[in-house]
Amino acid sequence: MTHTQKRIVVNKIIMVLSSLSALVGLGFLFWILGVLVLNGIDALNWAIFTNEGAPPGYEDSGLKHAMIGQLYIVGVATLFGVPLGILAGTYLSEYGQKAKLAEIIRDISDIMMSAPSIVIGAFVYAIIVAPMGHFSGWAGSVALTIIMLPIILRTTDDMLNLVPSTLREAAFALGAPKYKVIIQIVYRGAKAGILTGVLLGVARVAGETAPLLFTSFNDNFLNTDMMEPMASLTVTMYNYATSPYEDWQKLGWAAAFILSMFILGLNIIGRIFLLKKRGK
Amino acid sequence: MATIVDIFEEKALEVKDFEFTYAGADAPSIKKLDMPIAKNSITALIGPSGCGKTTLLRSFNRIHDLYPGNKYAGEILFKGENILLPKQDLINLRIQIGMIFQKPTAFPMSIFDNVAYGMRLQGIKNRTELQDRVEKALKDAAIFEEVKDRLKHDANGLSGGQQQRLCIARAIAVEPEVLLFDEPTSALDPISTAGIEELVVELKNRVSIIIVTHNMQQAARVSDYTGFMYLGELVELGRTEEMFVTPREKLTEEYITGKFG
Repeated sequence: MTHTQKRIVVNKIIMVLSSLSALVGLGFLFWILGVLVLNGIDALNWAIFTNEGAPPGYEDSGLKHAMIGQLYIVGVATLFGVPLGILAGTYLSEYGQKAKLAEIIRDISDIMMSAPSIVIGAFVYAIIVAPMGHFSGWAGSVALTIIMLPIILRTTDDMLNLVPSTLREAAFALGAPKYKVIIQIVYRGAKAGILTGVLLGVARVAGETAPLLFTSFNDNFLNTDMMEPMASLTVTMYNYATSPYEDWQKLGWAAAFILSMFILGLNIIGRIFLLKKRGK
Repeated sequence: MATIVDIFEEKALEVKDFEFTYAGADAPSIKKLDMPIAKNSITALIGPSGCGKTTLLRSFNRIHDLYPGNKYAGEILFKGENILLPKQDLINLRIQIGMIFQKPTAFPMSIFDNVAYGMRLQGIKNRTELQDRVEKALKDAAIFEEVKDRLKHDANGLSGGQQQRLCIARAIAVEPEVLLFDEPTSALDPISTAGIEELVVELKNRVSIIIVTHNMQQAARVSDYTGFMYLGELVELGRTEEMFVTPREKLTEEYITGKFG
């Protein structure tokens, strides 16, 4: 075999191997989605959206309490996490830049991003749940905020950095003060990117179970008092799916399906914004 | 010592014993520079890459101050005051000394809002006044006819040459006394370049202009005075028509005849 022929053969082998690996990965993804959709749609009915939880055996048992609890916990976490993350990212990109403090914050935030979420749940248990003496929706929101913060902080930092420095200079050259340059020029230029970071951050925490087990815990009925334990789709799904009752297991599938569609939706919207930005 | 021609006009700016050192650098990038800038005329700064011409230009509106650690020494006099003093109000300075950059810097907003930006910064809110001044600035920048039907459209939809003229409109809308041009045509095609050059010449009745350029023909075409810089020093400042024909310094002659650079 000549050298050229050998190169062509090696090239083909690598191509086939990498394509196969990609197919295996995609195969699992569609398998998971397929099982989820089949079982989920099978379990769906109107009562799920209108009724609260019921003991096993009752026919009109629903997930309304878990969906509303989920919205409360994730909503409050978003309310805390988004402004904090964007402001901190703004500090890094516009004020800290290459300063030592900024570099330390970037490193710590990268470490936080890979911290196991159950550790964060245990931390919030220690500082909020234990002193209060009971689980609460607030504690769940705090745990999710901590998980969301580094994601939004880093994407904001990165996206603001992408805004060309000449654009900032041009605004300064017209006599703009720094805060106006940031709000009117830099944020505007990075709008799509920041929004994408926010959506991906929210999507990430919406699927968390472990930190909620330690903090907001669960409730089988509708509760909108954040001071009390609160149901969430993830924890409800965990409880129902591991229960021995067939109707609860079905509800678990429905919860998994609803949650996945919600997160998939957020991700798709996030990607659309990113594509729009690149398209420009 | 630099050869500096006598300037009979009033002076817009006067650089005296000026030195500039970038953050972290050991040696100054501009050394002991003296240079008068004539009012209501165009002064071109030429010289090989790294000679300090852009560094000097960016000192006139102290845009260097955006990056910490840069150091000025000496004086730059503007209306009799040294603008390098720490007490200088930079916002006020930059309103009076505008700047056009190498690449067009249209802000991510509508054409109208781009031109109105500087005026709004100064607190002008009256709609009719804004509208009148935006229209006038766009006319003065020779772009009004092309954009009058789409003032509400995103400015990033314009071509490079149109964006550069939009930036000029934005800069002249606040009626500055001095305009600094940093290689304003290096990213543009020849037709857009000719348009910008024509515009620069028209503007000199109202503002004093300093233009940095890599292109010697451009300096010869538009400017009244030309300063040749080399290794952080001013070698020669002369009347453009004289300097390109009979330079007084040997180094200037070698540069404009293409022996180096």
